[in-house]
Amino acid sequence: MTATIEPEVGKARLRKEDERLITGRTRWTDNIVLPGMLHLAVLRSPMAHAKIVSLDVSAAKDSPGVIAVYTAKDLDPDGSIGMPCAWPITPDMKSPRRPVLADGQVNFAGEGIAVVVARSSAEAHDALEAIDVEYDELPVVLDMEAALAEGAPLVHEDLGTNESAVWKFDSAEAGTGGNVEDAISSSKIVLKRRFRQQRLIPAFMEPRACVVDPTGTQISVWSATQVPHILRVMTALTLGIPEHKLRVIAPDVGGGFGGKIGVLPEEMMTVLVAQKLGKPVKWNESRSESILTAHHGRDQIQDITISANADGTVTGLKVELLANMGAYIGLVGPGVPILGAFMFNAIYKFPAYHFACTNVFTTTTLTDAYRGAGRPEATFAVERIMDELADELGMDPMELREKNWIKHEEFPFTTVAGLTYDTGNYEAATEKAKELFDYDGLRREQQQRRDSGDPVQLGIGISTFTEMCGLAPSRVLGSLDYAAGGWEYASVRMLPTGKVEVTTGASGHGQGHETAWSQILADQLGVPFDDIEVLHGDTQSSHKGMDTYGSRSLVVGGVAVVKAAEKVVAKAKPVAAHLLECSEDDLEFAGGKFTVKGTDQSTTMQDIAFTVFAAHNLPDGMEPSLDSDATFDPENFSYPHGTHLCAAEVDTETGRVKLRSYVCVDDVGVVVNPLIVEGQVHGGLAQGIAQALFEEAVHDESGTLTTGTFADYLLPSAADLPSFTTARTETPSTTNPLGAKGVGEAGTIASTPAVVNAVIDAVRHFGVNDIDMPLTPMRVWHAVQHGTTDAGGAGSEAGGGLGSIDASGGAQ
Amino acid sequence: MRITVTVDGTKYTDEVEPRTLLVHYLRERVGKVGTVVGCDTSNCGACTVHLDGHSVKSCSVLAVQADGSEVTTVEGLARDGRLHPVQQAFHDNHALQCGFCTPGMIMASIDLLADNPDPDETAVREGLEGNLCRCTGYQNIVRAVRDAAQHMSPGAGPEAEQIKHVGVGGE
Repeated sequence: MTATIEPEVGKARLRKEDERLITGRTRWTDNIVLPGMLHLAVLRSPMAHAKIVSLDVSAAKDSPGVIAVYTAKDLDPDGSIGMPCAWPITPDMKSPRRPVLADGQVNFAGEGIAVVVARSSAEAHDALEAIDVEYDELPVVLDMEAALAEGAPLVHEDLGTNESAVWKFDSAEAGTGGNVEDAISSSKIVLKRRFRQQRLIPAFMEPRACVVDPTGTQISVWSATQVPHILRVMTALTLGIPEHKLRVIAPDVGGGFGGKIGVLPEEMMTVLVAQKLGKPVKWNESRSESILTAHHGRDQIQDITISANADGTVTGLKVELLANMGAYIGLVGPGVPILGAFMFNAIYKFPAYHFACTNVFTTTTLTDAYRGAGRPEATFAVERIMDELADELGMDPMELREKNWIKHEEFPFTTVAGLTYDTGNYEAATEKAKELFDYDGLRREQQQRRDSGDPVQLGIGISTFTEMCGLAPSRVLGSLDYAAGGWEYASVRMLPTGKVEVTTGASGHGQGHETAWSQILADQLGVPFDDIEVLHGDTQSSHKGMDTYGSRSLVVGGVAVVKAAEKVVAKAKPVAAHLLECSEDDLEFAGGKFTVKGTDQSTTMQDIAFTVFAAHNLPDGMEPSLDSDATFDPENFSYPHGTHLCAAEVDTETGRVKLRSYVCVDDVGVVVNPLIVEGQVHGGLAQGIAQALFEEAVHDESGTLTTGTFADYLLPSAADLPSFTTARTETPSTTNPLGAKGVGEAGTIASTPAVVNAVIDAVRHFGVNDIDMPLTPMRVWHAVQHGTTDAGGAGSEAGGGLGSIDASGGAQ
Repeated sequence: MRITVTVDGTKYTDEVEPRTLLVHYLRERVGKVGTVVGCDTSNCGACTVHLDGHSVKSCSVLAVQADGSEVTTVEGLARDGRLHPVQQAFHDNHALQCGFCTPGMIMASIDLLADNPDPDETAVREGLEGNLCRCTGYQNIVRAVRDAAQHMSPGAGPEAEQIKHVGVGGE
């Protein structure tokens, strides 16, 4: 029996996931305990760059509780195992082998050297102390420009260079736009700026962990990963284990933000050790270990040149990047700046574009995807330089944006980077944001404060943005040399009693997939929300998938659910016709019921499910199953957009920044669950604001990470952040049948430039036109005092970032 | 060393190494894996529990220091199949995403409300400064704590009774 069901999509459903999470019944990987389980701990290099002269593990082997100690030679005798890269961006990209354990040389502080396996984690860690390593120090190379200079110390001597790859896009060559050099030489105004994307630590709250059980017919691997399916394939390929003999389970995963995309040497070593010992083995990392060795994010130097006419029409944009890869190449690390390459044009109709990125090796922890992956970096640079251009022109920065953006009636619009944006309405989002923000009122107050010389100045920061979500059309990934496709998988199983299981390849880690997928499926099948169970994160139950990253879950994975459900309904239809003794053409399906048109004769999905299960009375030749699966491979990305406005108060006497208000209007297309969307935006804003104001991974001159714990790496607390005003406009995407656009990264992408633009706006009249992130009180105070940005030693060694103006128009 | 600790209403007597932290004792010996370890510097607060009615970071307390004490973890909050009002408020206000910080955040929030039954936004934000969350941006957590406060104020009915029943705040 099915009651009439109101649509679930669009409803602010409280989450199914919450109950276990608020009562402590969650299954984190570190909660997994297996009979006879041993514990693995990793000895990590304190040196950033050194030859290992000798390695004596004998005392550790004799330590209490120790079962075994392994070095690189033990785990990989012929040196054939290398950590995988899925995105070799150029045919000649240099990617040195990253061994499971350092093999004669360490290339960043934290690299694993040996592992101890003991009865308890404490005993394993105790025994690490007994390992004797003698190092012969090599020169470190931390700065990307220094790494590329003639005669620089080489991270990997045998490569003969610290340059991994150079990747370029040019609109004139691609036929998507004009020639940038022509634009620059013929334009009245040319601005050139250097922006730095400091190195960040993803800082998921659950540290990484892995449990391997080799005792069954398959090797079972539990991992705090956001990519269980990718991990399974990559483990098979990396270690030569037949794929069907591997099962990967990502149980509850405590956040990822891209930081859990990597296929880890620790996962590989745990598998190898478990195989050797024939016993279950657990590795779980401490936070300090995590900060040191889980991949980092951002870390780019961005040289941006923009040219424009006197009326503010931008004529060209040239982007030259240096991207720090760290000591090795990560799983998708080389491609992160490439994702950004398509986003430097943001929401604008720039007519000429050139992009070039050099990926550089340094003796630091490797970098890889981090929330937004390439797109926050791009959005930051373009939104910052638009503000600088506005200042140069004496225009209101909002007016400059409006002059250059794609108008609502111009969609679909193909940008100079070659992407076709399907839909968007930048005017509507901006209008709404301005109204909520009181843009004009705050501008007046800003002027008053300037006029009165108030020590606390007010700044208004604008960030209009779009991003590419729904990663990704497989053909596009192929054209960019990414190793795999971007489709997603779902299956729908009608159970005999009329309940439903849906499996998804998009394995979530906090995004509320179980709730949103239930909402989608409830509408598709007309079954109650609570009758649906969403299975994910286990390659045995959801046996195919491409996992969760790049705001792809809903707009690719959610659509796969729709497609699979459509097939279930199609399979049910002949059964319904058979039961109701009518032609299929006479049936209509709504609210979980097939009804003979114009009559009250009907049968429900639940009735049909049992009929199919019993199989006593089916149409001739029909197999007794309604189960269906589907993959969805998008034809295009989706393009969320929005307008973010930030009001910042800057104390010019102390340099302290206080965010007075933050308003954002995001257009993420059709919303399945507004509660989840709002939560995602809040979290994203916090991460983006943290980049602007608080967070930075800093190395000392020896290559030691000096921000190695949460005591030093300034993750914001509740007291550091304001409440946000969020709102939405809704322009459905036409690239997928749900009309959704993706939301996971929007807040992070848009907020960093909004905050920095606000702070610069507050102190611009002191001659400040740039401050390196994070905008610490010291850096802000220094900038106010000196009218420049060079805070000399305010944190990173890269204290510069002085905005130079190469302008025919000149400024300052 | 031999210790006796009452955890979520059940008394346990165990031999522990003197260096054993309370959080490891709870997780590994008592099986209270609802309390989690998020850092090793007492900064994140994910391991917050109540020790004799007051919130502590269980990574900064030795198990032997808990000898003779009562410990309440997130697993001991719900009573008679009913969520604690703070748990309920976290659910109602979508105050969690990945949920890893949530047990500690809930335990800290209960203690905060015991000290200040009707905190304003600033008081909640400052009161939860020792607990880090990477997903929510804190806004809904703040909302949840203030919402719970409403449900726990005098005259709010059974929920207000329940919080006393759990013995929070040393009442």
